[in-house]
Formats: sequence, structure tokens, C-alpha cells
Amino acid sequence: MSHQGERSGAIALSVRGLSKRFGERIAFDNVSFDIGSGEVFGFLGPNGAGKTTIVRTLSTLLAPTSGTAMVAGIPLTPDNGVEIRRRIAVMPEAPGLYLRLSVAENLECFADLCEVADPAARIDSALRAVHLTERAHDPCGTLSKGLRQRVALARALLSDPQVLFLDEPTSGLDPVAARDVHDLIAALGRKGTTIFLTTHRLEEAERLCDRVAILNTTLRTIGRPDELRERLFARALAVRTIVPLADPTKVFAGLPAVESWHGDGPDGYIIAVTDPDVAAPAVTRALVTAGADVRSVGESRHSLEDVYLELIDEDEEAFRG
Amino acid sequence: MNTTTSSRRVRAIFRNEMRDYRRNGQIVATMIILPLIFVIPPLINIFALSAQSAIALGREDPLLYLLGIPALVPATIAAFSVVGERQQGTLEPVLSTPIRRQEFVLGKALSALVPSVAVAYLVYALTLLALAIFADPAVASALLQSQDVLAQLAFTPLLATWSIWLGIAISTRASDVRVAQQLGMLANLPSVVVVALVAYDVIHPSARLAFAAAALLLFLDVAGWRLTSAIFGRERLIIAAK
Repeated sequence: MSHQGERSGAIALSVRGLSKRFGERIAFDNVSFDIGSGEVFGFLGPNGAGKTTIVRTLSTLLAPTSGTAMVAGIPLTPDNGVEIRRRIAVMPEAPGLYLRLSVAENLECFADLCEVADPAARIDSALRAVHLTERAHDPCGTLSKGLRQRVALARALLSDPQVLFLDEPTSGLDPVAARDVHDLIAALGRKGTTIFLTTHRLEEAERLCDRVAILNTTLRTIGRPDELRERLFARALAVRTIVPLADPTKVFAGLPAVESWHGDGPDGYIIAVTDPDVAAPAVTRALVTAGADVRSVGESRHSLEDVYLELIDEDEEAFRG
Repeated sequence: MNTTTSSRRVRAIFRNEMRDYRRNGQIVATMIILPLIFVIPPLINIFALSAQSAIALGREDPLLYLLGIPALVPATIAAFSVVGERQQGTLEPVLSTPIRRQEFVLGKALSALVPSVAVAYLVYALTLLALAIFADPAVASALLQSQDVLAQLAFTPLLATWSIWLGIAISTRASDVRVAQQLGMLANLPSVVVVALVAYDVIHPSARLAFAAAALLLFLDVAGWRLTSAIFGRERLIIAAK
């Protein structure tokens, strides 16, 4: 499966048939995709699906077992490790900060490791981006988990990377800290940074990503969240009434664009439709004609979580079968 | 492909370690306590010696025993260097930067070498001072030989560097800090034994022996950087960190 990156013409990351095995164990297998320059790309999957191993492979920490990739325009080969790492940055799941050193000292070290020009200005700008200027001289060991994640994000921004890998950036954070990190990622996306985001928080992917891929050792699907919903689920209307309908079949049968219906709780109905724009007025008229007290009629929206669970459940059923 | 070593990246590792040592009292205490344990008992014996012992002492070089300090002090620090970073979770972010493995191990080696050599020289200077003040003048005069001072100055960095490469090599392969530090100490025992044999004249020290030993250590120190870099496997370290 190969898919073209979208936001701009240039490809920031191109992966073809990439696999990684550890002895007999397959971490991920035959994965192919493209990510456009400036795109925010979400990589979803359950624990152990291979998300972190893909990040480590594309960031040259692990060598692929087979397949090819271009990372920030450089072929992924052992000789190109340094050149690739010059153009990317990785924020691993655990921040990995030197806890006895201050925020600024941690950043100074990484600015030098990345040979950043004018390190003081870059550190200042990275700290401002994550709203941590005031805490620059605090030892990292005194910071909360959310603030440490922000320092790790600032560290990843130091080298102004072409591709930024964020591995579970909000793992273990409380909702407020997670929201702060989301806002920072959204701001980077608006600035045009190519972001490769692994997560198992589906609302995070839905909110932040232009496209998502679902990985469960192999790539199960890839596309925009709304495309995935349409691809996997039939379109439907959700109807709520104050009092249950006496005979729903009599109300819904034979209406234009209506295919079938089923109950959704004591006073709710899900109606499978071919075209919501045609079906919704017809269903509303039929309800009024039947004397129903209508609370709401609207398009039933499947979440990215529904898509994810559908695919992962399929995998589990296939495994059990 | 540019394969030159970046001094800026080496300095970044070195400076980071120095800052960490300054804020970690336990590391500093370990570095100072071990040499003191090494030095104080023999000094007490020497202070008790009378002038009659001076002739016998003049035929030996007991102060060369202090070369055990640069062999042992850096061993524990170097053995911590890689496996410690791995356990703290700081290794993966560092290895995700453009740093090369030879730059990383060189930075780590320098940050173990500089304080170890400083501690070894300081302890040696304090020992000489204590001898001059508290030992019988004839005993002090027999012990303070210029060739021994020269040997101490020359062999301290050479032995410390060899100890560090052994420690880092063990650290890249070990899965636990404690195991690495114990193995690091054990790996350096042969150096300490040789130093003790020379100090107590079982192996008679001579200028020729000194030059040969210095040349051998210099060769091992240069080869140690290459070998330690070669066994530093990014992938193995990352997988083992899981």
C-alpha cells in the first residue's frame, strides 16, 4: 500500500516495504507510505504495534531488516546516519532529561550536539515556543512531568528540523498538560513543520493530524480521518424522539435514500442512508406526519476511535480464527 | 561523507558530565574516599619508620604504589558512563542527534580522565607534603626520589586512560550499573598488581622498563578509543534500554 503525501508537493518521508525483525519477532512488516512536507501525520496503533520501532528505524537508531526509505530527502542507509540526524529531531516517549542540570543547560548540551548556529538565540526561541522562559534556570528534576515534556519538545525544536518525530508526546500527562502539548504541536503544524506523531490517543490524532495511519505490525489503513470513517462505515442519520415511536417500520420504510434502520436505546434510531441530504428532510417530514415528538435528527458521525476499534477488532478476530 | 570528529560535540558531552559531577556529591565523595583509603594505611606505617629503615627504602620505590589510584579511580566512573545513561533514559535522545559514536565515547572518556588525573595528582602531592612534614627526615629523603616523581607524573594519565577505555567498553556491553562498576574494578586489578610488583621491587624498575611500559600504554590508549568506538553499537544499546 502506498499513499502520496499531501500538504505540499515535496515528500518529506518516503517509506517502501520497510520491515524490522528482532530474531523471530516481527516489530513491523512491509510498511509503505509517503508524508508530504509540512504535513502532520499520525501513526496509531495498540501497544506493541511497532510504532516506536518505526520511529527509531526512521531516525537511524535501528537498522531496518528490509525495505527502503528516504528521510528528509536522504536515503536511509548506515552511511547516511549522521546526515539524516542533522535534518530531523526526535522527542522520545520518555523525555530523557539530565535531571540535575537546569533546563537551559540541557538545551545548551543538545544545541552543541546538533551544532546549532547561535545557540543562545535558538535556546531562547525554543523556550519561548514552549512557554518555559521563566523556568530556564530550574533544575529539570524539579519540574512536573508535563513541564519535562515541554522541555523535551523545546530540545527537539533547537535544530529547526525538517522532520520532527514525536513518540507518544502526551503519554502519562494529565488533561491540562496534554492540552498544552497539543496546542504546541498544532502551532508547529501551522508553521509548516513536518510532524510524524505516534500515539494511541485517538482524539489527539483526530484533532492534530492531516492524515493518519493505523499500524498493527502491518499497515492496516491510511488516509484523512473523515476518509477512513467513510471507507469503513455506511452513512447514517441519528434520530431521537421524546416518546418511543409506536411503529418505527411504518415511519421509516420506503423513504427516499433510506436503506435500513435499527434501534439505538429506548428513544433513538440509527437509519442507514445513501445520501443524508436527501434522507434527512424526508425522515423529518415522516416523523412529523406520524405525530412523533422529535428531539433531534442529525447525521450520525463515527469517531476515529470507531475506525480504529473496527480494524483492531478485525485483526484480533483473524488472530483468534 | 564527512567523518571528521567534531570537537564541539565532544566538548558538549564533556561539559555536561562536568556539570553533573559538580551537582552529584556522591560521585565526588567516591572519587576522593577511594584514594584516601589507598593512601592512609601505608602513610601511617611510613610515619612510624625510623631512620635505620631509610637505607632499605632507598632500594625500593614504594611511592609508585600510588599509581594504583589512577588505575582504580576512573574505573567506576567510566563503567557508569554508558549503562548509567541508558538506565536514566538519557542515552536515546543523545544518540538521536548527529553525534558519532567515537565522539560520544571520547567525550565520556575525557570527562572521566580529567577529574581522575586531578584527584591522583592531588593525592600524590598531599602524600609528598605529609611525608616531608611528618616522616623521619632520612625516611622522607629516601622516598622522595626524582625519578619516582617523574614516573608518577607520566604514568598517571596513561594508566587512567587505559582504565577508562576498559570501563567504557564494559559499560557499553553491561545491562546493569552495579555489574558494570564491579567488572570495571576487576578489569583494572591486573594494572594494580603490576604497579604493586614494581613498587615493592618484585619487578625491578628501570629506565628501559619505564619507556617500554609507557610505549605499550600509549599504544593501548590509542587503540582503546578505536576498539571502544567499534563495539559501541547504537542498535544494541537502544534495544537493551527497553
